[in-house]
Amino acid sequence: MATPTALPRSSTAVRRRFGADEVAYGLTLIFAFLIIAVTVLLVWELWVHSALSREKFGLGFIISTAWDPVAEKYGALPFIYGTLITSFLALLISVPLGVGAAIYLSELAPQRLSNTLTFLVELLAAVPSVIYGLIAIFTLVPLMRSYVEPGIQAIAGDLPVFQGHIFGYGYLTAGVILAVMTFPYIISVSREALLAVPREQREAALALGATKWESTYQAVLPFARLGIIGSIFLALARALGETMAVTMVIGNSNAIQASLFAPGQTIAAVIANEFSEATGNTYLAALVELGLVLFVLTMVINAMAQLMIIVTTKKGSAKG
Amino acid sequence: MKKLVVLASIALPALFAVTAMGAETINAAGATFPAPIYQKWFGEYKMAHPDVQINYQAIGSGGGIRQLTEGTVDFGASDMPLTDEQIKAVKVKPLHFPTVLGAVVLSYNIPGFSGTLKLTPEAIAGIYLGEIKKWNDPKLTSANPGAKLPASDIQVVHRSDGSGTSFIFTDYLSKVSSEWKMKVGANTSVSWPLGLGGKGNDGVEGLVKQTPGSIGYVELIYAVQNKMAFADVKNAAGKFMTPSFQSVSEAAAASKEMPADFRASITDAPGVKTYPISSFTWLLIPSEIKDPARKKAITGFLSWMMTTGQKDCEALSYAQLPKAVVAREQKQIALIK
Repeated sequence: MATPTALPRSSTAVRRRFGADEVAYGLTLIFAFLIIAVTVLLVWELWVHSALSREKFGLGFIISTAWDPVAEKYGALPFIYGTLITSFLALLISVPLGVGAAIYLSELAPQRLSNTLTFLVELLAAVPSVIYGLIAIFTLVPLMRSYVEPGIQAIAGDLPVFQGHIFGYGYLTAGVILAVMTFPYIISVSREALLAVPREQREAALALGATKWESTYQAVLPFARLGIIGSIFLALARALGETMAVTMVIGNSNAIQASLFAPGQTIAAVIANEFSEATGNTYLAALVELGLVLFVLTMVINAMAQLMIIVTTKKGSAKG
Repeated sequence: MKKLVVLASIALPALFAVTAMGAETINAAGATFPAPIYQKWFGEYKMAHPDVQINYQAIGSGGGIRQLTEGTVDFGASDMPLTDEQIKAVKVKPLHFPTVLGAVVLSYNIPGFSGTLKLTPEAIAGIYLGEIKKWNDPKLTSANPGAKLPASDIQVVHRSDGSGTSFIFTDYLSKVSSEWKMKVGANTSVSWPLGLGGKGNDGVEGLVKQTPGSIGYVELIYAVQNKMAFADVKNAAGKFMTPSFQSVSEAAAASKEMPADFRASITDAPGVKTYPISSFTWLLIPSEIKDPARKKAITGFLSWMMTTGQKDCEALSYAQLPKAVVAREQKQIALIK
């Protein structure tokens, strides 16, 4: 009697222990930890291989403007500046453009047009960056050199940021190509966020007598705020790390210059440019440390994004 | 059809038999500048000696030196000779074997000027230091009598990526200008006083073509293949020389103080017929190869490269090694233990 009851009990126990749920749980747990392990390994590798440069230059590495492989003196400031300024210019252009387009696509455009345009925008996001670089060299650079930059200089040439020789290659051109590369991200993620806003939100605003625009601006946009901010930071992350297209149009000069028309350099671009021919050990370590700086920069900006989300959410709820 | 099948059934096993026999596989890595001729050489050598397979990765001189130091390749290749410090870092002391010669030429885009520009060493250094700012500077016009040079600004273009080409060019400038040597120096990449950076020869060419009033430097082969205009440069003997295979080979033959280990810079070489911005490129071979089969394969390739291999040079726009250098290199093969 005891044996037949014991058998099913043990088999359910076995089934419970190795059920589909447990297997899935275990596997996904492993995957999640793998991601953390890869990140830790990445930081560890960057840290270890930059030791020579960290010991030699200390924190001065971040504030020094020297980048001289002959004298073995390295500083990251011109590249940090170039990375930040090009990303900033990119967002300055792509945020209004991208959010505006997303509002049109989700709120105003007819369904079929919206779907077609969204499909095209998502295609843009998949274009390899070297293609953008080539388009930039052959189309954007001559355009900037012959029309855009002389035009700006004619209007606002008194400002130091718009002075100096016009090459067509420089911070501004890099910013513009980054804007073109990042705004598909802003459009497609922002559009998703706007579409996720419940119908009732719009209808309530309209019922209270709001116009279409007032309902979008006051009822829909605040609701989708988190998604839109998320899209902007996704775009920023892409802009900070973009290498190929930037190095093709930024002019690659290791100096900090006030003019946006002047050639500059970004962290990612200088690593790509100099890594293969970096001969000395300190030189190599300095390039790895640049990678570390870029990593930290990205982390800091992401942390700021999280902070901003927390702060604005509190403000929003207090107001409501 | 039937014949083909029969042929294949005979040929395929034969092919496998050759690989199965244990072809000596040799791995090398390094400079990109001589990569086209190295690939051709290794291919041809394999045809003549099916038992030797040399794989070459063109990852740049810096990468080649690194892999040789770490011992992950059998030999390396570099556009610049190793420093004493670098040699010490390699477990088995490497020997330098010059393979071919290259040169760096100055390409320009001057609106309203269509002739061959003549440049003195002082003018090149002055332009790249930012001291000569206009095309009608007396230092330029005095070397180009009769030429109509405009009063426009000079736009300086250099390589943005680290490269052997930049090393040759900056090595030359360091020899002809003490100010350059003090302020900038020579390396695969340097702290340029001014100018735009282009990635690769094609990047520099693109910038020069697009930017009116610009000047940039590229490899001779690249300029020849793309039919670019390039300047004559005044050599140490005071004569303006057009860069060509002859004037580059001449620079190698003329440098009399060739050190025993071939770590010689031949920029600014003496002699009337030399083009001054020329250089060797080297294979870095370990001085001790334990495996006798591997040693035989590598030394066999070296002597083939110095004789039969040299005939491929001009078809691929490289300058040949002078005979005197070849004779001395052949003696160096005996040093491989």
